[in-house]
Amino acid sequence: MMWTWFHKLGSPPYAYRLACLLQPWLFWLATALMAIGAYGGLFVAPTDYQMGDAFRILYIHAPAAYMSMAIYVIMAITSAIGMIWRIKLAFAIAAASAPLGAWFTALALASGAIWGQPMWGTWWVWDARLTSELILLFLYFGYMGLRSAYDDPNQADRASGIIAIVGVVNVPIIKFSVDWWNTLHQPATISKLDNPSITADMLWPLLVMIVAFNLFYGAVLMNRFRCEILNRERNARWLPELL
Amino acid sequence: MITPVWLLLKREMRQSVRRWSDLISPLVFFVLVSSLFPLAISPAADVLRQVGPGVLWVAALLSMLLSMNRLFRDDFEDGSLEQLVLAPQPLVLLVLGKVLAHWLQMVLPLLLLTPAVAIAYDLPGEATRVLLLSLLLGTPALSLLGGITAALTVGLRQGAGVLAILLLPLSIPVLIFGSRATDLALEGMDTTGPLMLLGAISLLSASLAPFGIAAALRVSLD
Repeated sequence: MMWTWFHKLGSPPYAYRLACLLQPWLFWLATALMAIGAYGGLFVAPTDYQMGDAFRILYIHAPAAYMSMAIYVIMAITSAIGMIWRIKLAFAIAAASAPLGAWFTALALASGAIWGQPMWGTWWVWDARLTSELILLFLYFGYMGLRSAYDDPNQADRASGIIAIVGVVNVPIIKFSVDWWNTLHQPATISKLDNPSITADMLWPLLVMIVAFNLFYGAVLMNRFRCEILNRERNARWLPELL
Repeated sequence: MITPVWLLLKREMRQSVRRWSDLISPLVFFVLVSSLFPLAISPAADVLRQVGPGVLWVAALLSMLLSMNRLFRDDFEDGSLEQLVLAPQPLVLLVLGKVLAHWLQMVLPLLLLTPAVAIAYDLPGEATRVLLLSLLLGTPALSLLGGITAALTVGLRQGAGVLAILLLPLSIPVLIFGSRATDLALEGMDTTGPLMLLGAISLLSASLAPFGIAAALRVSLD
């Protein structure tokens, strides 16, 4: 009986209604928190003595980078759930998440480049974190490319699920190899982001922004998830009754 | 347990000898790619020595990518892949045999050719030895990872392009450790670290990837 709620999530009508219910809450909470976080980041947080006001892009960059990694893990976990318990909707979550993860990765790369320009004097350096973020973007492209190459949605689910799990096993290895490669090539690190001491005024807007980004992901995911359900269940009988 | 793998290996080898042109094209591709770089960058010996290890690793990787597309395709088209999946023997072992056969046919000749290309890049003997060792330790991991991606894309029309997008990001660690080992040898430094890491990646892939390949083949044949 304990697991009833879990099995219920596998039912398309139930999941569809739940997504409809959650979506506005997530969206408005995300908007409110993003406004608070943006205010805190732009007006409350003091100017950094080293980087000046340019550091404020941190409040977009760090949450985006965090989401880019979290979403890949979510994709792997939901794919594994789909494979183990044969829950098709778990694959729908993974499929709906992939473009969002790719966009967050692109946002992290773009905001990093905009930040790097005034800090390092160049848009791009082959820094370990930048390089592994770029590889992560390619992993997202691979996942989406494989999905779109299959005609049969069932096959696409399981094939892309395998590559998501293989990717998640590989991500730590890639991260380690890129770090190792980077320390060999660039002995003096140019990264100024490594100061762990950050004042409370700088920290709280960042934490608020991270929560806001998570909620925003949830809100957009619910919309995309509903589209996925409609697409997969377009011949089901519960749909006309609901709509 | 070993007999079916051995029989499969024998069958693969016999087939490949009968279609020897398939064996030649990755080799020609490897030599061609590595002869493009001196033309594009510079024929000066010190430049070539500097880029050599990386170029040879990238050329080997691309050549493997080219042959990887064929790993399951012929068997898929004539239906023998289906028989392999339906066979009573564990599929995990059979795909390991398949990948081993592919490595022996496509990668081992590449290794034999490498010293000649290394001479053209003016690599000293010690660096060539480390390059060969790194290829020997690293390419099995590439074959196994390639096996997963080839199994996932075998039934697709535009399989080759998807295969490249899937496989290349996953092969980055092997590329980094392989070319850095040779770089370190050129600088006269200790190369045990990256070589051992390459071996570790290959061992890890050998123990995990066959399960992925088997699962992927079952999806593709659905």
